[in-house]
Amino acid sequence: MVTAALPRRRIRHRESRAERAFGLGNLLFMLALMGVTLYPLLYVLFASLSNPSDLTQHRGLLFAPLDLTFEAYRRVFANPIILTGYRNTLFIVIVGTALNVLMTTLGAYALSRRNVLFKNAAMFLIVFTLFFSGGLIPTYLLVGQTLGMQNTLWALIIPGAVNAINLIIMRTAFSAVPVALEEAARIDGANDWIILFRIFLPLAWPVVAVMILFYGVAHWNAFFSALIYIHDRDLYPLQLVLREILISSSVQNMTTDVSSGDVLAIGETIKYATIIVATLPILVVYPYLQRYFVKGVLIGAIKE
Amino acid sequence: MARDLARNKHVYLMLLPVVVYYLVFHYLPMYGAAIAFQDFNPVKGIFGSKWVGLENFQDFFSSFYFSRLMFNTIAINVLDLIFGFPAPIILALLINELRWNPFKRLVQTVTYLPHFISVIVVVGMLFDFLARDGLVNQVLATGDPIAFMQSPDWFRQLYVGSGIWQHVGWGSIVYLAAIATIDPQLYDAAKVDGADRFRQMWHITLPGIMSTIVILLILRMGSLMSVGFEKIILMYNPLTYETADVISTYVFRRGILQADFSFSAAVGLFNSVINFGLLLAANRISRRLTEHSLW
Repeated sequence: MVTAALPRRRIRHRESRAERAFGLGNLLFMLALMGVTLYPLLYVLFASLSNPSDLTQHRGLLFAPLDLTFEAYRRVFANPIILTGYRNTLFIVIVGTALNVLMTTLGAYALSRRNVLFKNAAMFLIVFTLFFSGGLIPTYLLVGQTLGMQNTLWALIIPGAVNAINLIIMRTAFSAVPVALEEAARIDGANDWIILFRIFLPLAWPVVAVMILFYGVAHWNAFFSALIYIHDRDLYPLQLVLREILISSSVQNMTTDVSSGDVLAIGETIKYATIIVATLPILVVYPYLQRYFVKGVLIGAIKE
Repeated sequence: MARDLARNKHVYLMLLPVVVYYLVFHYLPMYGAAIAFQDFNPVKGIFGSKWVGLENFQDFFSSFYFSRLMFNTIAINVLDLIFGFPAPIILALLINELRWNPFKRLVQTVTYLPHFISVIVVVGMLFDFLARDGLVNQVLATGDPIAFMQSPDWFRQLYVGSGIWQHVGWGSIVYLAAIATIDPQLYDAAKVDGADRFRQMWHITLPGIMSTIVILLILRMGSLMSVGFEKIILMYNPLTYETADVISTYVFRRGILQADFSFSAAVGLFNSVINFGLLLAANRISRRLTEHSLW
């Protein structure tokens, strides 16, 4: 005879009134926190889709676009510097992230080997840079002048080729790969390249995904290197274009056909549309990678 | 040695680009910091420029800006230490108390999100929402709009507050990961003993993440004298320099905008050395008081 399912052995106790009040308060706090986190972004979205003159007259919060229009987006996408900005940023993100992940993976694999001479010395060399640096000016002179990368996109890619924290996370992930797998492969005649690309990388794929996300987002959002190394407007990445539009409030080249009275109104919606255009790609990609990066940070945290 | 080279030749080949990268892009600049002791002339280079000893450092210490920069740098850090450091710990403890997993995941997804927005967009939104006729002043609707971004009295609050808004969720991940490693039997035992949620949080969860907190606090103390320039150079303007100008932004203006290389390299080197000293001190104190340390 089949016995009835045993009650799950879970220790419970009746919650006191204070505990239930805390639970409710916590729930309300979380709802408020999510509101505070999301509302600024929703406001930007609604405002970007609003009719400019309605928006200027409107006071206070927005809960939907006012008189839905895509006018601001049309102007943003008609702006050549936004398009070249996008192109430059895509180049930096793709080439930069590829270089980052390649270098990080190779270094992490080498440093995760047990019987390698100089391993500790190399590790010290890398970790020390987390705590001490030569400073902004010597780096600037080296990259811009000595190495001649001034005004090239390489200045935004090569000086940040490896991030020490990411390297440590990756190394920890590789250290967790069972030794037996590697030994079996060696008996079959595999060398280190085959072991890395056929065994370690597939097994550590979630961490590689996190690396792609971390490096990719960092490249997408970076502006400071471009600010100091890039002078040619054709080489501006998207963030520098954004800086001009959002912080220096320069929207002239998108409003040449507008009477001066309307420039201010349309300029506002153009700003909002630019924020959305520059941020949306990341916000779309990130939820898919979220389950991976929690794991990635966890591995790094345990290492600490 | 030769046998090792033969056996591990592929491994050394893999390690080579990383080591070369670190030597060139991290250790050459440390050597290049020698220009702090020179009257550096880019045409003559490090080898041709005149050595001036500690002159650049003396100029900085005796300058009008020295005390203001030191004070602003420390003030922003102390505020961030008081409000910014505990915020993700509290958030992690509260998220951990949520009972319904889909809601827990939703809260995490939403609060992590701002971390991925660029600092330019965040500062752009600050300028827009906090303008004299911006959203915040519209909602406050006091007859006299506040010029937040032009007022030195608001700079630190806005800097630290927007940092919490952007990074509190992300910062909580590491604590949630630490909470996840706590043995569930501890909670069961506590429940048997009649401990309520608050006692469990105080006596099990908090001690369970204490080592993570201490480690991150040591690292935080090590950067007590550094504030990133990236957000400040976007946020500040001459009206707010009084509270907003910190060592790193000053190095940026003097060094890169005014090409005063030796002087600003000296200021930067001074800052690096202080930070490193603070880190060593924090680590030593922690090793003495608690069992936790970085090394």
